[in-house]
Amino acid sequence: MKHLDFHVTRSSGATKIAALLGIIIILGLIAAPWWAGRADMRLLGELFLYLALASLWNLMAGYAGLVSVGQQAYVGFGGYMLFALTIFGGLHPVAAIGVAGVLGALIAVPVALLIFRLRGAYFAIGTWVIAEVFRLSFAQVSSLGGGSGSSLPVGIVKSLSASRSGREHLSYWLALGSALIVITAVYLFLRSRNGLALTAIRDNELAAGSLGIDIWRTKFVVYVVTAALTAMVGALIFLQKLRISPDAAFSVNDWTAFVIFIVVIGGIGTIEGPILGTLIFFLLRETLADLGTIYLMVLGVVAIVIMLKAPNGIWGLIRSKFDLELFPLSFRVKKSHSSKGA
Amino acid sequence: MTAFLQLDQVSKSFGAVTVAEDLSYGVQAGEALGVIGPNGAGKTSMFNLITGTLRPNSGKVWFDGQDVTGMNAAKRCRAGMARSFQVPQPFSGMTVFENAMIAATQAAGLSGQAAEKFCLEILEQTELLDRANTLAGGLTLLGRKRLELTRALCAKPKLLMLDEIAGGLTESECASLVKTIKDIHARGVTIIWIEHVVHALLAVVDRLIVIDFGMKIAEGEPKAIMQSPEVQEIYLGIEADA
Repeated sequence: MKHLDFHVTRSSGATKIAALLGIIIILGLIAAPWWAGRADMRLLGELFLYLALASLWNLMAGYAGLVSVGQQAYVGFGGYMLFALTIFGGLHPVAAIGVAGVLGALIAVPVALLIFRLRGAYFAIGTWVIAEVFRLSFAQVSSLGGGSGSSLPVGIVKSLSASRSGREHLSYWLALGSALIVITAVYLFLRSRNGLALTAIRDNELAAGSLGIDIWRTKFVVYVVTAALTAMVGALIFLQKLRISPDAAFSVNDWTAFVIFIVVIGGIGTIEGPILGTLIFFLLRETLADLGTIYLMVLGVVAIVIMLKAPNGIWGLIRSKFDLELFPLSFRVKKSHSSKGA
Repeated sequence: MTAFLQLDQVSKSFGAVTVAEDLSYGVQAGEALGVIGPNGAGKTSMFNLITGTLRPNSGKVWFDGQDVTGMNAAKRCRAGMARSFQVPQPFSGMTVFENAMIAATQAAGLSGQAAEKFCLEILEQTELLDRANTLAGGLTLLGRKRLELTRALCAKPKLLMLDEIAGGLTESECASLVKTIKDIHARGVTIIWIEHVVHALLAVVDRLIVIDFGMKIAEGEPKAIMQSPEVQEIYLGIEADA
């Protein structure tokens, strides 16, 4: 067997079809204000923001092995930065979202230096403690309403767009844009040389270190970038809610528990997993929400059954059954056609 | 004066357990050094100390003209060291080819088509080309051992460190592996090889050292070392006067 008879490819029929379908779906979603009702757009907007949060948590936990249960720290931080920057800094809300991301990265650096000393379960608990510290700190800021929180002034809300429908369209597109940007960024990162290093870390840290991969630096970069993007998504979330309070901003249930549920049932350590997980989560929520407490019990049962029966999530199950991949990340070695007669 | 790889009075202990004690020796560029010793003698720990997976309590490691004692494993790898693991450590969720690509892109600094072509070449050499798309977690023992060798070679090492790569293989598997390693050595790659399968080792190495209780107890020409009563007693458990 000669190596010259082979070539390497990353795309396949399935990835090409997925790309085409993806473009059609994205175009349809961009046009939603012309075909969807007000309530549907609100729901879709919320879905996109959860999709962004889940894709980010998956990059950090599923690839870099940083199982954080404290990402609500950055969601809340981003939300509060939006309020502070627009109310006291006079920034336009969209500009404030960008600045919130930069500030999120800056605050993540000392946090990472602190919690990276912890391993495994201690790391997880450490991240939660940090999030609580954030919550208690913001509850002390009386100019932002202290423990009871505050609302975004009407003038700032109107600066987005004068009309109500204009604002709704803009915040829908911002949510869609954030999900697309996050997924594209995660995809491009995983396809790069550094992404290959991160995938190696996911599978075996000992071997990764021995093959020239700087594990600490790679994880640090992933943590800080994830924090920055999570803060931007947080700012967007509270731009839609128009009201912020420490309990809502730093809710472990809303911004971490549901996100972990999405990633685990969808399939951790794949790009497709969080997308599938988000769809399943919203499907369950919309069909069962009227049942109250029973809804949360159903979520728990679903999570337990999937963890027992399909530890790699629903996408993991599909991938291993059909050898399917929608984002062209893996390498395939194929026999070259030209050398068949030789 | 210093050799290509030089250990200078390296000591390491975990509490009461000493894995390396005052270990000093050099390996010249282009040389193939064999390492033998009973189980638990500290051979793999010595590899960990050389590659940076472990840091010594005292002593220094010199590699290619620089003091690497303070460097982590990743830096030492990029400086030109690559190893295989005694217990194979594949990236189980990735294919054989992707495992090779990790080494070629991260350690050897290749990219794009150059990296892909290089990996295919090495896979042909290590006879894994027909398994290129197999998930590494699904390989047989021989496959996993060959993958360890493949990854180490894809790192384009100046110093190749093999840890019991022939252990558990059949005669014919072992023979073809020895041939591959001989070819690599013939191209000028420096090799350190820990092995219990002595005949495989003797077919390749120029020099042998014997380790026991973390100490170097003998060093020299392979045949002479294997016949010395000291080695027969300590390593093979044969009484010297028997």
